[in-house]
Amino acid sequence: MLAIRNLSIAFPGPDGPVRVVDGVSLEVARGESLGIVGESGSGKSMLSLATIGLLPRSARTSGEIRLEGRNILGMSERALCGVRGRRIGMIFQEPMTALNPAMTAGQQIAEGIRLHRAAGRAEARAEALRLLDRVRIPDPARRIDSYPHEMSGGQRQRVGIAIALALKPDLLIADEPTTALDVTVQKEILDILDELVADLGLSLILISHDLGVIARSTDRTLVMCRGRAVEQGTTEAVLRQPTAAYTRDLIAALPRRARAGLGAAAPLAAGDAR
Amino acid sequence: MTAPLLAIENLTRDYALRGAGGAPRSLRAVDDVSLTVEAGSIFAVVGESGCGKSTLARIVMALDRPTAGTVRLGGDDLFALKPRALARRRRDFQMVFQDPYGSLNPRHSVGRIVAEPLHLLDDAPRGGAREALVARALEDVGLPASAAGSYPHEFSGGQRQRIAIARALITNPKLVVADEAVSALDLSIQAQILRLILSLRDRHGLTVLFITHNIGVVDEIADRVGVMQAGRLVEAGPVREVLDHPQQEYTRRLLAAEPTLAVLGRRRKRA
Repeated sequence: MLAIRNLSIAFPGPDGPVRVVDGVSLEVARGESLGIVGESGSGKSMLSLATIGLLPRSARTSGEIRLEGRNILGMSERALCGVRGRRIGMIFQEPMTALNPAMTAGQQIAEGIRLHRAAGRAEARAEALRLLDRVRIPDPARRIDSYPHEMSGGQRQRVGIAIALALKPDLLIADEPTTALDVTVQKEILDILDELVADLGLSLILISHDLGVIARSTDRTLVMCRGRAVEQGTTEAVLRQPTAAYTRDLIAALPRRARAGLGAAAPLAAGDAR
Repeated sequence: MTAPLLAIENLTRDYALRGAGGAPRSLRAVDDVSLTVEAGSIFAVVGESGCGKSTLARIVMALDRPTAGTVRLGGDDLFALKPRALARRRRDFQMVFQDPYGSLNPRHSVGRIVAEPLHLLDDAPRGGAREALVARALEDVGLPASAAGSYPHEFSGGQRQRIAIARALITNPKLVVADEAVSALDLSIQAQILRLILSLRDRHGLTVLFITHNIGVVDEIADRVGVMQAGRLVEAGPVREVLDHPQQEYTRRLLAAEPTLAVLGRRRKRA
């Protein structure tokens, strides 16, 4: 469904181009969820922005991003509009800044439906209501007319997911979708994403710095470090038998509670603090 | 049995809510919280957003006043002290904030930043003695003494948090309040800062009130833990007891929601 081949992304810097993604290849099959894990600056977000053609203009790219055979890199803005939303839905980290504060939840969900599917106002609103119910927002009939500031972070992220689903995409890209949320709310949001993959057969790219999130919600995992894919495989293999030293360090840095299930987990030693 | 270093009793904080018209309402951010922290130990307060943990931290730092209840540090009721006497006590309690980018003045040198709390001391050292004190504080948190001449932007997030800790320690305080002090850091850096705080406890007998939303971090660092929900301390005790045998439904829910690698292999296999 999605195949990225040898993708590199660079930005002009004072001392020549700075490569933020360096020769990354990956594939996502239909109905599969791929986790991309890495620390800040690893290039994981740039990789996802490239996939929906939202890289800053100054970015220089090489390689291929094929969505069902068609290369997205180098596509015209017009052609990209047919991909964004329709083929690929995007869910961002900060639902407060990703949503338009001056529009109600219903208007924001309906906007794409009316634009892309030439649906009427009533039809789009009915679809928005159905989507709000789908993401299990409490009291959807009331929430459809709420503004973002009237909602909690978890409710706003549900609206964010509903917007991404509005055009029935085949692939969802979720970039740190629960990082700004409390753990109990995080669990609810991840449950919804799991369901969408299982029930609707969507493909999911889940970008996270949290190995616990990756472990519970992805089939395969790609580990990124400084722009490179240092390891790739089934999530269970990558986390149980990591081959790259960087992956092992990442797992070792987890709090021992998060490592539980991997076997003996030693507590942090105060002795080697310095 | 010695008296605890920090004793919070029946602490309550109400905030007036100003709505457009209507009857005045108030929000109880902290609701009848009592807890004690022994000298040389780390007490973690864990809870989700809006539970009142940061309000509690601000009151312990005397950056805000309680509506009711007391905060005793080494036996003294902080809010019964006269302003001058409170100002003099501030050397005994210092704070480390969440954001190592926002909490250091970018226009001041690291040396000036670290030395800043020394103004709280009547007998603050000057000249070479002051420089030596700053150098020792920096080395204590694993930074070279030469860092004093640099500026915050020259350092990574983890190094900046070390600078913030050096600043908090320079007056040799009895208590440090850390509010989400590792939450903005990458995992590997987070582990280093946690080790540093543990080592400061062990080497200097530092007492820490550690505010966090992260149960995994509590498990690594705390001696005792209190769980807050909607302003109330719903459960508190030794960290092993609370995390391994939670008594309250809310604590159990919080523990169960934490993503861990224990789920590996349980995910439904698909064709």
